Amino acid sequence: MRAGIYELAIRLRNREISAVELTKAYIDAIEKLNPAINAYVYLTFDTALKAAEQADQMLKEGDAPLLCGIPMALKDNICTDGIATTCCSKILKDFKPYYDAAVWEKLKAQGAVLLGKTNMDEFAMGSTSETSCYGAPLNPRNTNYVTGGSSGGSAAAVCANLAVYSLGSDTGGSIRQPASFCGVVGLKPTYGAVSRYGLIAYGSSLDQIGPLANSVKDAAIVFDAIKGGDKRDQTSVDYDYGSSLAECLDRDIKGMRIGVAEEFFEGINTEIKSKIEKAIKLFENNGAVIENIRLPALKLALPVYYIIACAEASSNLGRYDGIRYGYRTSSYTGIEDMIVRTRSEGFGDEVKRRIMLGTYVLSSGYYDAYYKKACLIREEINREFDAVFENCDVLVAPTAPNTAFPLNHKGDSPVEMYLSDICTVPVNIAGVPAISVPCGEDSRGLPIGMQIIGRRFGEATVLQAAHFYEQSAGKVIGDYEGGAGI
Amino acid sequence: MNYEIVCGIETHIELATKTKIFCGCTTEFGGEPNTHCCPVCTGQPGSLPILNQKVVEYAIKAGLALNCKINTKSHMDRKNYVYPDLPKAYQISQYDEPLCEKGYIELDSGKRIGITRIHIEEDAGKLIHESGLTYIDYNRSGVPLIEIVSEPDISSAEEAKEYAEKLQLIMRYIGISDCKMQEGSMRCDVNLSLRKPGDPRFGVRTEIKNINSLSFIQKAVMAEAERQADILDAGGTVVQQTMRYDEGTNSVTPMRDKENSDDYRYFPDPDILRFCVDDKKVEEIRESLPELPFDKLKRYMNVLGLSEATAKQIFRYRMVAEFFEDTLAEGASVKNTANLIVVTIFSNMDTEEEKELFAIRISAAQFAALVKLADEKKINIGVAQSTLQKMLESGKPVEEFIKPEDLVGISDEALESLCKEAIDANPEAAANVRNGKDKAINVMFGYIMKKTGGKADIRKAEVLLRKLIRQ
Ligand SMILES: [Zn+2]
Repeated sequence: MRAGIYELAIRLRNREISAVELTKAYIDAIEKLNPAINAYVYLTFDTALKAAEQADQMLKEGDAPLLCGIPMALKDNICTDGIATTCCSKILKDFKPYYDAAVWEKLKAQGAVLLGKTNMDEFAMGSTSETSCYGAPLNPRNTNYVTGGSSGGSAAAVCANLAVYSLGSDTGGSIRQPASFCGVVGLKPTYGAVSRYGLIAYGSSLDQIGPLANSVKDAAIVFDAIKGGDKRDQTSVDYDYGSSLAECLDRDIKGMRIGVAEEFFEGINTEIKSKIEKAIKLFENNGAVIENIRLPALKLALPVYYIIACAEASSNLGRYDGIRYGYRTSSYTGIEDMIVRTRSEGFGDEVKRRIMLGTYVLSSGYYDAYYKKACLIREEINREFDAVFENCDVLVAPTAPNTAFPLNHKGDSPVEMYLSDICTVPVNIAGVPAISVPCGEDSRGLPIGMQIIGRRFGEATVLQAAHFYEQSAGKVIGDYEGGAGI
Repeated sequence: MNYEIVCGIETHIELATKTKIFCGCTTEFGGEPNTHCCPVCTGQPGSLPILNQKVVEYAIKAGLALNCKINTKSHMDRKNYVYPDLPKAYQISQYDEPLCEKGYIELDSGKRIGITRIHIEEDAGKLIHESGLTYIDYNRSGVPLIEIVSEPDISSAEEAKEYAEKLQLIMRYIGISDCKMQEGSMRCDVNLSLRKPGDPRFGVRTEIKNINSLSFIQKAVMAEAERQADILDAGGTVVQQTMRYDEGTNSVTPMRDKENSDDYRYFPDPDILRFCVDDKKVEEIRESLPELPFDKLKRYMNVLGLSEATAKQIFRYRMVAEFFEDTLAEGASVKNTANLIVVTIFSNMDTEEEKELFAIRISAAQFAALVKLADEKKINIGVAQSTLQKMLESGKPVEEFIKPEDLVGISDEALESLCKEAIDANPEAAANVRNGKDKAINVMFGYIMKKTGGKADIRKAEVLLRKLIRQ
């Protein structure tokens, strides 16, 4: 068993290992494994070692926060002052922000050690991380398969033990789906629970930053550290969770009402279905009450998601014009020509596809039929979730309809690829929290993820249910051999 | 052929808040290029806007002053278009839920020009063209604006000018903008079409963009109405297009069409929450509004009894009106205060801007002290004027220029004895007056003025002299 954050924190405090030694172990592992896995696209070893030295100092002085000296990674769309932040897009090539994202500010203050920026789908648009301009990260469990996406590098880094934990962003499943493909834990918090300041926007009303980690407890520790309102993000909420969520995981699930909606199981791979059903049985055998519920509007979630996310993206990505930062075309005849060439050369196909889709649904004459209608259906989906959560504490569902795809598998059919987000997008539309925890392997040995969904700001219950499952189910997936070996 | 002008005006006004609409950067005009900037107002990836509540408050002030209905529920939209001075490639504005709606401005004729809506939005940066290169200054990017859209109720060039003038005055009065058209803190776009009198249908309209002075508004409306009339008279049709007014040639010409179509793909900005303005807040803002300029004008004429000409000169400038009223509050008389401001103080101010700023070196209390001497006839108006001029130049109080002994010489008793002295010193002239040669009284006036250094009240002296001569 790999050491969790809590165990590492104890070892650091007992001087069994220093933060510098721990960091060096991860650096060695990254140097050895990253060329094959491509989890990281930008490495920050120099600053990591300096941060580790400072962390050792903080530890020596006592009273250091839990995450002090723990090596970690950030998705490449989270702004880091003076450190490349490119969204894995050619258009932001070499872009170095001059400010830190709110989440990184918080972690840095705790003494976190940043090892580097992780690979992702370009601008977080994709389900395999294959749209990255740096090439896809590979699934450490089987390098013939994708990591999932868009936070594929963040999932692969944690899976291969090239980071103790990482942060990803989730607009339609981008934390949970790669977590499920790589066999790690991924939490998408409630919309507004974590500040988006410094997260490069894809779909602003859906985007949320969250942790990927090896255990529910680690995810809870990281969530504790990054949550909270921020006056720089109007959509963030300073919700009072009462106490540290990581310290309240051991709640008895007896009497917990778990909703199961058949809509979540339509078209799901049978191996996945049976693993989730087994997990539901485990909950039931331990005293949870299983409620069969309906979410009829769920079938509309996918088109609603693609309309809203693409509409927002088409506007959010308008600023990449080569004028102020990032890539600029080398030859042009005038300002308009420069903008057109910069964007044509700088963006990849999937990003262009979504910009065009978004531009179309916002155009006059189509706005009412697409964007406006999508917003109305979004409200209906929210109402259905609200109603469900009057009778349920959490919902249990698959994270994805399938396990990891082989590399280059579905590159030619965007719609088929969009369908793989079917279980995760409703959660973003409703703005509720959800976690993906490993719950088994398919016949090829690829991990399967179970999704536990809660009500708005119901992270405590979601984490408790996930922690209970993790502790009770025993070993459901094989260990990954390799990585930092700590 | 005679046509009826159908004209509406869209006015952009920069709000005088200290900070920008979505970040903490200063709104100060000028400054080295790109020094009043941050990640938010330059649209850096990952930055997010925070709506400045002062902007909402100022816009509500404008709405209330223009008799608008304030929408208690409102939100911000994104207006998407590509231009290098717009760093996010969208302007955060308001589309279908403006903060204020359905107001009006009343012209002198009593005609009301409807206000369709007032909404808040951000300004863009500025392109600077220099030696073949283009630079961008984002200092102005994110400066708060309100856009005030009128109904097409304006039917002459004079009305257009009067509308803009009144709008400017009201906005200055409520203190939300300096409305300097030359500096661009107030910019007008004029929509204009012609139709045959009585025709209920509108003709094809054109839009004249960015007019930067009040008189140009009048001239541009005249020029464009003429241009359209010529086209219609020749049997042609007006093309709907964007025009610019050239003050040098006094002509209106089409602007180079931007490639952008008019489809701005408005949608609610997901980064900014819908906001509510409660009635209590609106009432608070209403309470905080100063007396509006045209109410003040009426009061100056009807209650204070000022002539229309004088009242208009004073109420036009908020600072002047304030100074005037502060002086009255110190107990000075309406008539002398108004006259001294209009005659003496204004003679030191050549431009509208100077009157607008009204930077003078004496306080209302110091001014009142002087006016009261004139009110009590302790000095005559000529002395009051010359003393005021000295006070304005030096910034020193009235005591510096008029000593108590100067005043004693012209108290009622002193004046009477001075009159006696004048008669005694000029027996011949006195006799002439007694015999009906009225002009001879001037001899005695001269004596009195000389003795008092011009400070005596000459009318009082005349009454006294005639009384004494008849005795
Ligand atoms: Zn700023």
